[in-house]
Amino acid sequence: MEKFTVLEAIAAPILRINIDTDVIIPSREMKRVSKEGLSDGMFANWRYTEPGGREEQADFILNQEPYRQAKIILSGDNFGCGSSREHAVWALHEWGIRAIIAPGFGNIFYGNCIRNGILPVVLANDVVENIAAQVEANPANNLVNVNLSNCTVTAADGLAHAFEIGPGDREMLLEGLDAIAVTQRRDDEILAFQARDRLKRPWIYLEE
Amino acid sequence: MPSTIIEKLWNEHLVADLGDGTSLIYIDRVFLHERTGSVALKSLEAASRSVRNPEQTFCTMDHIVDTFPGRTDKTMMPSGTDFIVATRDASHAAGINLFDLGDRRQGIAHVISPEQGIALPGVTLVCPDSHTGTLGGLGALAWGIGSTEAEHALVTKTLVVKKPKTMRVTFTGSLKPGITAKDMILKLIGEHTASGGIGYAIEFAGEAVRNLEIEARLTLCNMTVEFGAWSGMVAPDQKTIDYVKGRPYAPTDDQWDKAVEYWRTLKTDDGARFDKEIVIDCDAIVPQVSWGTSPMHETGIDQSVPDPAAETDEGKRTAIEKALEYMALEPGTAMEGIPIDAAFIGSCTNSRISDLREVAAILKGRKVAEGVKAICVPGSGLVKQAAEAEGLDKVFTDAGFEWRESGCSMCFYAGGESFGFEERVVSSTNRNFENRQGPRTRTHLASPTTVAACAIKGHLTDVRNIDND
Ligand code: SF4
Repeated sequence: MEKFTVLEAIAAPILRINIDTDVIIPSREMKRVSKEGLSDGMFANWRYTEPGGREEQADFILNQEPYRQAKIILSGDNFGCGSSREHAVWALHEWGIRAIIAPGFGNIFYGNCIRNGILPVVLANDVVENIAAQVEANPANNLVNVNLSNCTVTAADGLAHAFEIGPGDREMLLEGLDAIAVTQRRDDEILAFQARDRLKRPWIYLEE
Repeated sequence: MPSTIIEKLWNEHLVADLGDGTSLIYIDRVFLHERTGSVALKSLEAASRSVRNPEQTFCTMDHIVDTFPGRTDKTMMPSGTDFIVATRDASHAAGINLFDLGDRRQGIAHVISPEQGIALPGVTLVCPDSHTGTLGGLGALAWGIGSTEAEHALVTKTLVVKKPKTMRVTFTGSLKPGITAKDMILKLIGEHTASGGIGYAIEFAGEAVRNLEIEARLTLCNMTVEFGAWSGMVAPDQKTIDYVKGRPYAPTDDQWDKAVEYWRTLKTDDGARFDKEIVIDCDAIVPQVSWGTSPMHETGIDQSVPDPAAETDEGKRTAIEKALEYMALEPGTAMEGIPIDAAFIGSCTNSRISDLREVAAILKGRKVAEGVKAICVPGSGLVKQAAEAEGLDKVFTDAGFEWRESGCSMCFYAGGESFGFEERVVSSTNRNFENRQGPRTRTHLASPTTVAACAIKGHLTDVRNIDND
C-alpha cells in the first residue's frame, strides 16, 4: 500500500452532511469484478447530467478548475455512511483523492480508507467550515497541508489544527503496511486461541 | 465487575489486545455475496493466499441476480454475469459453502444466515455488507466490513477492531396495534439522527424488545447501520433458543446442550454500565414514514413534510432543502395522502415469512390501487416456498402484486431492475438515498404493513385505519 506522510494539495469543499457511498459511487457504476476502473463512476449522479451518461454537470465542484486537481475533500458529518462498498474508496483513490477532512465518517468507510492509503481526518465542523472558507477565497493557492507525522492540518492562515487517529491506523498509513502480513506475525496466538476455544465452544467448529 | 453482553462477547473473542484501543478479535463466521465477496476472493487468489477455515465460510448470490421467474446467470445489470460466474468459480476453488442460483436455500445473506443456523447467539459474524448487524437480532456480535477487511478475516480468522463504546437503547411501554419493529428503529433514527450511533455497539433492551419475535428483532437490528452504529444486538432468550433449534448449521445433541447452557449466560449483568443510554417510549410511536433522502428524514404518518425554514442550523437546513427538492415535496404537505407510483415489499429488513404473513393479512380480499406497480420479493428461496405452501403468493397476486424470486432486487439499483424515473415508491427497505432504487426514484421507507396499506390506497396512508374502510 502507498505510504502517507505529508500532503499539501488543493482541497474541494463538498459541505453536505451524510454523503453516502451510493453517492460516492452509484451501484450501477461498479461494473467489473475489480478494484480498478472505478474513478469514472465517482460521484456519477452529481458529476454527469444523465444517469449513466458522461456529459459533465458544469456546476459540480470536481468538474471545475482548479478543483479537478484536488487531492483533498472537505465535507460534512457522517461522510461515507451507508453501503459498505469499498468501491467508493477505490474510486476516490483512483481519481486522486488522498485525504478527506470531515467532522465524522461512516464506520466501514473509515476503515476502508485506512486500508487503501487514504487518510480520513476528523475535525470539528466549524474548523472544516473555516478551512473551506479559506480555500474558496483562492482555491488554487490556498492549499491545505495534511501532516500525518505530527497529526495536524494547516490551511492558508497557518493555524495548525491537531487531529486524532488510532496509533495502529496511523502506522499502517505511514508505513504503507499490509494488514494481513502484520496480523500473520501473531499466527501462534491465533492458533492457540482456536485450540482453547474449540474445547469451550465446540459447536463453532463445523465439520470440514 | 458487572459487564454488558457486548463486553462479554468482546472478551470471549479476544485473541490479543493490541494496546492502542484496538484488539485482534476472533471471527467465527464469514459470509460473502457476489457483489463484494467476488472481489475479495479474487484478490486473495491473486495474492496466493487461502481461506483459513472454508467450512466456516459462506457465500450467497443476492445483490446482482435478477428476481424474475425463470432467471438465469444472465442479468439485466450489464456485466452482472461476470460477478456471478467469478463468485461461483472462486467459491468452488476456495472450498467455501455457496448458496448458488437454483438452490432453494439461496437468498439475501442476512435472511439466510439465521434461516440456516449460520448466525447463532454469541458468535462473531462479519460480511462485506453494511447490514450485517441484522444478525444481532439473535444475539450475535455481527458487523459489516469492507472487501479488504473481508480478505483479512478469511485469511487470518481475525480482524483488528477498535473497541466500540457501548449504548443501551431501552424501548419502554408496549407497541400499539399496527406498530412494528420497523417503526421502532425508524423512530430511533429520526429522533437521534443518522450519525447518533457512530462508534457504538448497541444493546436493544426493554419490555417491548423482549416481546418482539426473532424476525422482528432482526428487523430492529438491521437498521443500526442507518443509525451510524457499529453493531446492534438483542440478548438471546428462550425465544432465540427455540428459533435456532433444528436449523441446518445449528449444533445438535450434546453440543446443543452445551451451547444452550452457554447462551443462557449471554446477558447484561445487573448494574453494568453503558457509555450511553437512550430511552424510547413505545406508547408514543405511530406508523413512521420517511419524507427525505436519509433514514433520519422520517416522521409519523399523521405529521407533515417539515419546513426547512424552521431549522436553525445551516447545514441541516440545506440538507432538508436538497432532500425536499429531490423528493419533489412541498413543506407543510400532510404525509397522509401523498400519491405513490409503486410499492415494494422486500430486502433484508422486511422480507421474511412473518413480514409476508402480516402483509397478506392486509392484502387479503383487497386490490392494489390502479396505476400502482406493486412488487414482492421474498428474502430467500425457503421463505418463498413457505409462503407458497400457505397460499400467500395467491393473496399477493390476487391483490395485484408481482411475486418474484429471492434476492436484493429493487432494494438497490445496480443498473438492472429498478423503479422508473422520478417514480415515488413506498418501500419496506432500509435506504431512501438519492437514486438508491433507480435513477431519480423517490423512496419512502415504511413498515411492510404500511407499504401494503399504501399500495391499496394509492397514496401514503395510516395502516391503522385500513380496517375501517
Ligand atoms: S436487501 Fe438491500 S440492504 Fe439488504 S443486503 Fe441486499 S442490497 Fe443490501
